[in-house]
Amino acid sequence: MKPENVIEVENLSKQFGNFKAVDSISFELKKGEIFGFLGANGAGKTTAMKILIGISHPSSGKARVAGFDVYKETENIKKNIGYMSQKFALYDDLTVRENIMFFGGIYGLSRKIIKEKTKALEEELQLQDISNQLVGSLPLGWKQKLSFSVALLHQPKIVFLDEPTGGVDPITRRQFWEMIYKAADQGTTIFVTTHYMDEAEYCDRVSIMVNGRIEALDSPKKLKQQFQAESMNEVFLKLARG
Amino acid sequence: MKAFVGFIKKEFYHIFRDKRSLFILFGMPIAQILLFGFAITNEINNVDIAILDHSKDATTKEIINKIAASPYFSIQDFVESEKDVESVFQKGKVKAVLNFEKDFSKKLNGKYQATVQIITDATDPNTANTISNYVSAILGNYQQGLNIDFQIPYQIKPSSRMMYNPELKSVFMFVPGVMTIILMLVSAMMTSISITKEKELGTMEILLVSPLKPYEVIIGKVIPYIFLSLINATIIVVLSIFVFKMPVEGSLLLLALESILFILSALALGILISTVSTTQQTAMMISLMGLMLPVILLSGFIFPLSSMPMPLQIISNIIPAKWFIIIIKSIMLKGVGIAFIWKETLILLGMTLFFMVLSIRKYKIRLE
Amino acid sequence: MSITVRNISKSYKDVKALQNISFEVKKGELFGLIGPDGAGKTSLFRILTTLLIADEGEAEVSGFDVIKDYKSIRKNVGYMPGKFSLYQDLTIEENLNFFATIFGSSLEENDDLIKEIYIQIEPFKKRRAGQLSGGMKQKLALCCALIHKPKVLFLDEPTTGVDPVSRKEFWEMLKRLQQKGISILVSTPYMDEAALCDRIALIDSGRLLQTDRPQEIVKHYPKTLFNVRANSMFHLIKNLKDYPFQYSVFPFGEFVHYADKREDFEPDELIEYLIEKGLSDVLVEKAEATIEDVFMELAR
Repeated sequence: MKPENVIEVENLSKQFGNFKAVDSISFELKKGEIFGFLGANGAGKTTAMKILIGISHPSSGKARVAGFDVYKETENIKKNIGYMSQKFALYDDLTVRENIMFFGGIYGLSRKIIKEKTKALEEELQLQDISNQLVGSLPLGWKQKLSFSVALLHQPKIVFLDEPTGGVDPITRRQFWEMIYKAADQGTTIFVTTHYMDEAEYCDRVSIMVNGRIEALDSPKKLKQQFQAESMNEVFLKLARG
Repeated sequence: MKAFVGFIKKEFYHIFRDKRSLFILFGMPIAQILLFGFAITNEINNVDIAILDHSKDATTKEIINKIAASPYFSIQDFVESEKDVESVFQKGKVKAVLNFEKDFSKKLNGKYQATVQIITDATDPNTANTISNYVSAILGNYQQGLNIDFQIPYQIKPSSRMMYNPELKSVFMFVPGVMTIILMLVSAMMTSISITKEKELGTMEILLVSPLKPYEVIIGKVIPYIFLSLINATIIVVLSIFVFKMPVEGSLLLLALESILFILSALALGILISTVSTTQQTAMMISLMGLMLPVILLSGFIFPLSSMPMPLQIISNIIPAKWFIIIIKSIMLKGVGIAFIWKETLILLGMTLFFMVLSIRKYKIRLE
Repeated sequence: MSITVRNISKSYKDVKALQNISFEVKKGELFGLIGPDGAGKTSLFRILTTLLIADEGEAEVSGFDVIKDYKSIRKNVGYMPGKFSLYQDLTIEENLNFFATIFGSSLEENDDLIKEIYIQIEPFKKRRAGQLSGGMKQKLALCCALIHKPKVLFLDEPTTGVDPVSRKEFWEMLKRLQQKGISILVSTPYMDEAALCDRIALIDSGRLLQTDRPQEIVKHYPKTLFNVRANSMFHLIKNLKDYPFQYSVFPFGEFVHYADKREDFEPDELIEYLIEKGLSDVLVEKAEATIEDVFMELAR
């Protein structure tokens, strides 16, 4: 593994019975890169992501995440990544502060550090007034921004974001992306799936999965040139429709 | 009408595709009735006891032999002193110790009076009580044999006969109870869950925004469960007749009709539960806590109502299960006809109508 | 008019879900309700489909009052709720037949309406709905909503969480249904879908921001927009936000949409400023406003 590579995937496959959910995919991610992982529903994105975050075993192929093997060192992988999904983010019945304490605790941060981080976070997101409110009572946009910050709490090398901005209003969506840019600028690698094609354009590089295979992988600009398309949406439609 | 038939068809699809629930639905009554019939029983059988015999004479030997010969007790241990009594109990080896006083024969023959102390392990009070009664009975029996040669003037001899369940089989008591529980559970819990499931999945929203009328939805939900409950009731009755040789003295038709009445009341309760709960989980909790517990505790199924404090006895009157148990016991064991249970039937009918009207009125035509 | 909404308001406890909403949907129109989650779209749909009662205001659907004539409305509208609401343990065919019978209709009767859509899922008709892919579920739900030839179709976020290919197909289906004379009210959080509607209403936090044809809405964007690009997105945004004359800075695909406070804004000045800040490959060019720009401007 080259030192600057945070994720290395080589011919990774996952088979369920006769069905190849992930079919020999390969790619490398560098430190601080924003990587868009696109594909139609059922193209194999979720399966691939589950392998990379260490909760599913691949059938064959090689993959290292944050320097650790996805077969043997899943515990170390989990310590070094952050994860946020649209379905599960934070506990609605805990307050903002309790959530931060809890997730900080899971990753073994000391009380002192958690306290400092909580304060910094509250300032950054301007949460001082609502830090004792239940997360369930916050607007969706706030929740998503907060859960992204919580996913970054233990300074992971990579953050996996599974459709983080679904249903969020356009302004908050952009604030969210500004947070992503900032994290990437500080050296965190961002691995993101989304159904918003304009968001795909925000990424440094994008892969598009069709039927378990990665059919295209490059910067949005080059992909548009390659497929003679105006937008990523067009690229996607051309590829996924075959 | 076509819409209604379509609705019922759909309900049956749900029921038959949910293999796990189906298994519970039909496995449960069988398991329960077998459990109550064989395992849980008020009779005692081969209870382990110990003997502390201070006299060791002919009379005590005779009595001990008599006890050992009975099917109810098996003598596990002979202890030598009062001190050892505590330790045999603590080891949990025996349920009772019989303590014969010193010079038993002598006292009996001289003063015509001797004492046997029955020491029982009352951590299980029911068993302790029963053991004590059985031992007393054996002793009484022995005493009678002694008195046969004497003629005591002015003697009142109680001669008891147990009617309707002469062998005092507890399974006869349990069958009506289990049937009540099963019918309650299947009807109330299953309907309330199947309605709240539609709420949870969002399909209720579409049903509401359709020309289906509220009563069509309710009756459509109810019919499959009447059917299933009746099958269950049949299984229970058949099992109790053929496995436990329980007599059904009264009319089977009357039994079936009364069961349908009770099923309807339980179904109405189930619908009522579904109108107040939004998730399957709450529906299940309410059914279990609000229906099952009262049925088990306050219907007279396990704990006799007559020995309960007054307030509980009063409360028990509003539990449909209480009336149903009276009804089916009367039909199955006493073999009476409607002439003797019309009052209970009427009460049950009134309750059923009340719950039905209430549940249809409470059924919401909108989401709030 | 197919749908008339007048001054509708609705609150839950202390949350104002809808505040004084009014709009109209013409017969045969494809009308889009565009706004993020929590904007009040679902509440409005439920009021119009007679599932909720508004606190204030009145509404009519194909001439029927949503409260008084709720039974007539329930016979005449098709509704596809936001959550997939079909029976997962029933097959495609059984779901369709069930909904057909409860509406007193049959699959054959309105062949012309659903045939095109049904053909796409027919090969899987014996498969249970729970095992279908997102796109197929959506098509089945649409078929079920259409089974009784409704005059008005309510689709609450039908494309949320669905990939762009299925979304495109779905909108093509809606266009064809519209041609058959059905009025359609559809909600979506995807701003790019607004352009596919005849008319749209932008909704945010329970308030209607604007109602018009999408082209008109875009035309009325008050500022001149510029696409700005440079080598580093993060530093570009940061520096633009620090620029004293900035009016709005929003990342937009590979560009940043920039508007300036001044009337006589000179792009060269900005380029100079950005280069001074250490950015390279700087490009500033005029840009067309999109629905999203308008939404953000109005929601500010």
